[in-house]
Amino acid sequence: MSTEFIIAAIVTIVGLTTPILLAALGELVVEKAGVLNLGVEGMMLMGAICGFGATVSTFNPWLGILGAAAGGALSSMLFAVLVLELNSNQVATGLALTIFGTGLSSLMGLSYTGFIVPVFGSIFPASLASDPYLKVIFGYSPIVYFAIAMVPVVAWFLKSTRAGMILRAVGENDLSAHSIGYSVKGVRYAAIAFGGAMAGIGGAYFSMVITPMWAEKMTAGRGWIALALVVFAGWRAGRLLVGAYFFGILMALELYAKAAGFSFLPSQFWAAMPYLMTIIALSVISMRDRSGGNAPACLGKPFLPST
Amino acid sequence: MGTDTIARLELKSITKRFPGVLANDQVSFSVLPGEIHALLGENGAGKSTLVKMIYGIMQPDGGEIRWNGERIVVPNPKAARKLGIGMVFQHFSLFEAMTVLENIALGMDAKIPARELEARIKEVMSQYGLKLEPHRIVSTLSVGERQRIEIVRALLLNPKLLIMDEPTSVLTPQEVEQLFIVLRKLASEGCSILYISHKLHEIKALCHTATILRGGKLVDTCNPSVETSRSMAEKMIGGNLKTIEKAEGRAIGREKLIVNRLNMPARSHFGVSLKDITFTVREGEIFGIAGVAGNGQNALLLALSGETLTDDPGAITVDGAQLGKLTAKQRRLAGVSSVPEERNGHAAVPEFTLADNSVLTARDRLGMVKVGLIDQKAARTYAGEVISTFAVKALGPGSTAGSLSGGNLQKYIMGREIMQNPAVLVVSQPTWGVDAGAAAAIHQALVDLAAAGSAIVVISQDLDELLSLCDTLAVINEGRLSPAMKVADADIEEIGLLMGGVHGDPAATANLHPELAHAHQA
Repeated sequence: MSTEFIIAAIVTIVGLTTPILLAALGELVVEKAGVLNLGVEGMMLMGAICGFGATVSTFNPWLGILGAAAGGALSSMLFAVLVLELNSNQVATGLALTIFGTGLSSLMGLSYTGFIVPVFGSIFPASLASDPYLKVIFGYSPIVYFAIAMVPVVAWFLKSTRAGMILRAVGENDLSAHSIGYSVKGVRYAAIAFGGAMAGIGGAYFSMVITPMWAEKMTAGRGWIALALVVFAGWRAGRLLVGAYFFGILMALELYAKAAGFSFLPSQFWAAMPYLMTIIALSVISMRDRSGGNAPACLGKPFLPST
Repeated sequence: MGTDTIARLELKSITKRFPGVLANDQVSFSVLPGEIHALLGENGAGKSTLVKMIYGIMQPDGGEIRWNGERIVVPNPKAARKLGIGMVFQHFSLFEAMTVLENIALGMDAKIPARELEARIKEVMSQYGLKLEPHRIVSTLSVGERQRIEIVRALLLNPKLLIMDEPTSVLTPQEVEQLFIVLRKLASEGCSILYISHKLHEIKALCHTATILRGGKLVDTCNPSVETSRSMAEKMIGGNLKTIEKAEGRAIGREKLIVNRLNMPARSHFGVSLKDITFTVREGEIFGIAGVAGNGQNALLLALSGETLTDDPGAITVDGAQLGKLTAKQRRLAGVSSVPEERNGHAAVPEFTLADNSVLTARDRLGMVKVGLIDQKAARTYAGEVISTFAVKALGPGSTAGSLSGGNLQKYIMGREIMQNPAVLVVSQPTWGVDAGAAAAIHQALVDLAAAGSAIVVISQDLDELLSLCDTLAVINEGRLSPAMKVADADIEEIGLLMGGVHGDPAATANLHPELAHAHQA
C-alpha cells in the first residue's frame, strides 16, 4: 500500500467519523440528563437541510452551520415538549421525531435540489492544508476540528463543572434532584437542545462538507450508529472518540474493500458491517452487565414528581 | 413556658387537611434549645405531614409556627435551611453513581468550591466522629454510611433544629449507638432534635420529651424516661396492646425444611452471592433471619421460593424431597409458599383485583384453573375468605391490589399464603411499613400457622420483631449465614456484631453457644 493510499484512507475515515462523533456527543449529554432521544437521525436530517438552506441564502458556510445547529435544536424541542410536558413515551416520541424529521427535511429540500453551496475554506495556511502529506493533519473542514475539540469539552463539562454535576444528578435520580430544588425540566430542555444542535451540525457535515449538496435521507442511518455509539462507549466521552473512529474504519472498509483486494465477500456485506457491529456491541454490553456500568439510572423514564 | 427560655420551635394549633382526611388537627407543642424531642405515632398518625410543614415541603391550613419566639412562614425547604432547620429523610435522596463529595455538594444551597467543601466535610466528620471517604461512589456504601452523608450534609449548615425521620430503621445496633452519640453531642451544643420513630426503647434511651400523635391529633406530651414502653405504645395505638399469644408448650417436631450448603452466584453487579447457606427448620418452628438490608436476603428468598434455581437439587429439601431444581410453581405444589419483601409488583400485581391476585399463587393448590380457564367463582370466594379472616380493609374481592393501603395489602398477601396451609412458609419483611395493629395480626397469624405444624422462615431487618416472634435466629451478612442460636439465650451484642459483619472465628462462636455449634456441625 502506498503512502498516498494510506493518507486517502485516513482522510476518508475522518470524514465518515465526524458526523457520528458530533451526534453521539450530543446524545451523550442528553442521555446523561436521563433522556433517551431516538430522534437523532431525524435531527441530523433537519440540520442537514437547514444548514444547506442557510448557506444557500447567505453564501456563508459559517452562518450555515449556525442554521444547522438551530434546525437540529428546534426540531429537538418538539420532542422535548412532548416528553417533558406531556410525559409521552420517550422511545415512541423519539422514533416519531426521526420519521417527522425525515419527511420534513425532504419537503423542505425540494426547492434546494441541484444547488451547490460554497464550502468552508481551510482554517490553516494553504501550504499546510494542501501539502500532500500534512493534509492528513491540516486538510480538513473546520467542523472536523470542532468535533474533536468537543470531546474534551464535553468530558470536562460533565466531570468538573457544577452544571455538569447537576446534569448528571438529574439523570441519576430526578426525584431527588427535584426535591433538593434543581429544575429537572430546565436541565433536560437544555440538554435536549444541545443534543439537537450537535446532531444538526453532524447532519450538516453531509450536506455542506461531504457532497456538498442536498439529497433526501442523505444521512443514511448514521444517527442510529451514533445512538449505539453512546452505549458502546459506556457513556464516557473519551471512549466515544475511540468508538467513533472504530465505526469510521468499519464504514471505510466498504469503500476500500475492493481496492484492498477483499473481493471474496460482496460489498453489501461490508456496507452492513457497522450496523452488524452495532447489534453485536449492544448485545455484548447488555449481556455483560445489566445494572452496573455507567448508564444513567433514570434513562428513558418519565419524570413524575409527586407534588 | 418560662420567660427565660424561649422555645426554639413552637407549633400552635397546626391543622392540615387532605381531601377526605384531617392529617393534623390542632397540634401544638414546642421544642427547647438542646432538647431531643421524640415525635411518636403509628403510620398515618400525621408525623410526616407535620415535619413536612416545619421543613417547608407543605404549608399548614391553619395555626402558626414560631421560631425562637417569632412567627414564621416556611415557603420551601431552602427557606427552612436558611433558618437553620436541617432534615435527614428516612429514604435517602442520594445519587448512587456519584461520589460522597458530589452528593453533599449537590445538597448545598451555597456554591462552595470542591476543595473548600472537602475541608469543611472533614472538619465536621472529625468533630462528630462520622467516618466517610469523600471520593467513594455512593453505590458502594452501606446504609449506615449513606445515612452519614445525609447527616454531614445537614450538619454543614450548622442547624439549630435537626429533624430525623425514622433514622434507625435500617441500622445495626452498633450503628444506632454511634448515631446516638452524635445526636447527644449535637444536643449538648444547643442544637434541638426532632426525632421521629416508633421504636420505643430508643426513645426511652435518647429523648428528653415525647409527643405522641394518633389519627392526626396530639394525644400526649410526656417524659419517656418515666413512661414504660408499653404505656407509650398504648397511647400510640389508643388501646390495649395485644401481646402475641404463643400456644402453650408449642411442640417443635421433626426437621422439615433443610437447607444444606446453598450457593448462588450474584445476579448482577451490585447483587450479593449466597455462600454455603445451611440451616434447618423444624415443624412448628419460626426461624428468623436477621441482617442489614442488602446482605443477600433477597437472593435467599428467591432461592427458597424457586424464582432462582440451584444446581444442587439437594441444597433445599422439605420432608426429604429435593426441591433445589424445582420451579416456584412446583415448589408451591410441594407445599412451600413465600412472601417477598416488595408487595406491589412482586407479591401482588397492583392493577389486578384481589381475586385475580389470589389465582396467581393459589391456583394449583386450590384448583382455581379448570381446563385452562380461571374459575372466577372459586377465586372470588377464596379472596373473600382471606379478606374476612384477616380483617383486610377492602371493598371486596373485586378491589384492585393497588387500591389497598400497604398494611392492608400485606395482610391480604400473608392471608393468601397462610390460608393455603403451606408446609413451609418463607416471608420477607412481613411487617415493613405496617402499623402496629396490623403487625400484631400478622404476627399472630404466623404463630398460629406454626402451632398448626408448619415450618416458618421470617427474614426481617427489624430485630425486635424477630426476637419477639422467633424460636431460633441466625444472622445473614454478605451472603453468609451465621450458626443458628436460640432466641431465648441470644445476645443482642453478638447479633449486632454479626450484622455488622464481624464474624467470630468458629471456635469463638462455639464457645458462646456450645450446644448449637455442635449441633450445627453434626
